Amino acid sequence: MDRKPTDQVEVDRLNALLLRVARQDRQAFVALFHHFAPRLKSFLQKMGADAGAAEEIIQDVMVSVWRRAESFDPTLATASTWIFAIARNRRIDRLRQERRPEVDPDDPALVPDPEDPADRALLLEEESERLHRAIRLLPPEQADLLRMAYFEDKAHSAIATERNLPLGTVKSRLRLALARLRKVLGEEQ
Amino acid sequence: MTPTHHPAEDFLVAYAAGTLPEASSLIVATHMALCPDCRAEVRRLEALGGALLADMPEAPVADDLLASIFAQLESPQPKVGPIGGDGGLGVAVARRPAKASARTVIPEPLRGYLGCDLDGVRWSKVIRGVDEVSVPCGPAGGGAGPKVRLMRIRAGTAMPRHTHGGSELTLVLSGGFSDETGHFLRGDFVATDGSVDHQPVADDDADCICLAVTDAPLRLTGPLGRLINPFVSF
Repeated sequence: MDRKPTDQVEVDRLNALLLRVARQDRQAFVALFHHFAPRLKSFLQKMGADAGAAEEIIQDVMVSVWRRAESFDPTLATASTWIFAIARNRRIDRLRQERRPEVDPDDPALVPDPEDPADRALLLEEESERLHRAIRLLPPEQADLLRMAYFEDKAHSAIATERNLPLGTVKSRLRLALARLRKVLGEEQ
Repeated sequence: MTPTHHPAEDFLVAYAAGTLPEASSLIVATHMALCPDCRAEVRRLEALGGALLADMPEAPVADDLLASIFAQLESPQPKVGPIGGDGGLGVAVARRPAKASARTVIPEPLRGYLGCDLDGVRWSKVIRGVDEVSVPCGPAGGGAGPKVRLMRIRAGTAMPRHTHGGSELTLVLSGGFSDETGHFLRGDFVATDGSVDHQPVADDDADCICLAVTDAPLRLTGPLGRLINPFVSF
């Protein structure tokens, strides 16, 4: 397995770049662009966008990154997760022309989280390190289905047809993959 | 008190990945507002999305893409439309203004779709003891997509026995109901399909308010139901 010992260093580097973008640092923004734009492009193309649409969405995403970097909080998400969520939402907006219903964390009707652990940032760092490792250690057939479920806008039944697998197998492999990852992350409570 | 009936894992994966259609996303996200456990699970699944993005191969982008981005950043900022809350990650573009107080019953994102809290809803009668209001959802506010409705079942009322041509997702927002499969209270999420023939009964102590997403009309199966089915478009 090509486990890279530098995962954590990379997560820290990208978080630091995004925090600099929050202070209007153009150099950091260019570095983030060079890192994420090519990955976003293959992500968006896998999700069904053609090259032109993918680049329009990347432009949208990077503009949002610049304008909203201030709201990035490394104790809640890594830079990569934060940018993934923006890309996901921009794609829904652009390609499906739908809204993305989301929880409002400041809503008085929200049932609040149990007390946050004080060392949440540290926990998140450790989690993301373990998560990267766990994904690389998944059996290939589980990793394959996980990527399809995430990156291809397809129902499980369509995945089953494409992979020539019974629907039950697709569901159970996905469930296994998620169970493994969850074990690695540990339940939060 | 937190909910005891949750969306199946596939719903949460598809929601986190952004592949779940808007109507289903609305009911899942509204459940999440009432369920810290599912919020935590979606956070983990989003972290998984971030890790998968980090592992994506690199595809070359046009040479002038960065220049176009800088050009856009230097042009005046267009007004952005409301696309809901920020889900805690701080990524949404804007939040619609939503009047709310400690007594608010309907959580976001549903309240924004409805445009009001429970006390502002204008119900229409479906049958005796059952009222509904449709919730505009989707690109053209509905169209051929699934039906999204808020239902009010008066305390103690039994719904007509019915089954489903497709799937029905139900989220309890106030009060509670029971059917052959269990007892459901605020925040509980129930998925049923054609294999379930059930007769929900609202709890005696209060009206039951539910959000329902159906992708095909209900088929009433009781003797009375069969009689009124042609007249009632559930």
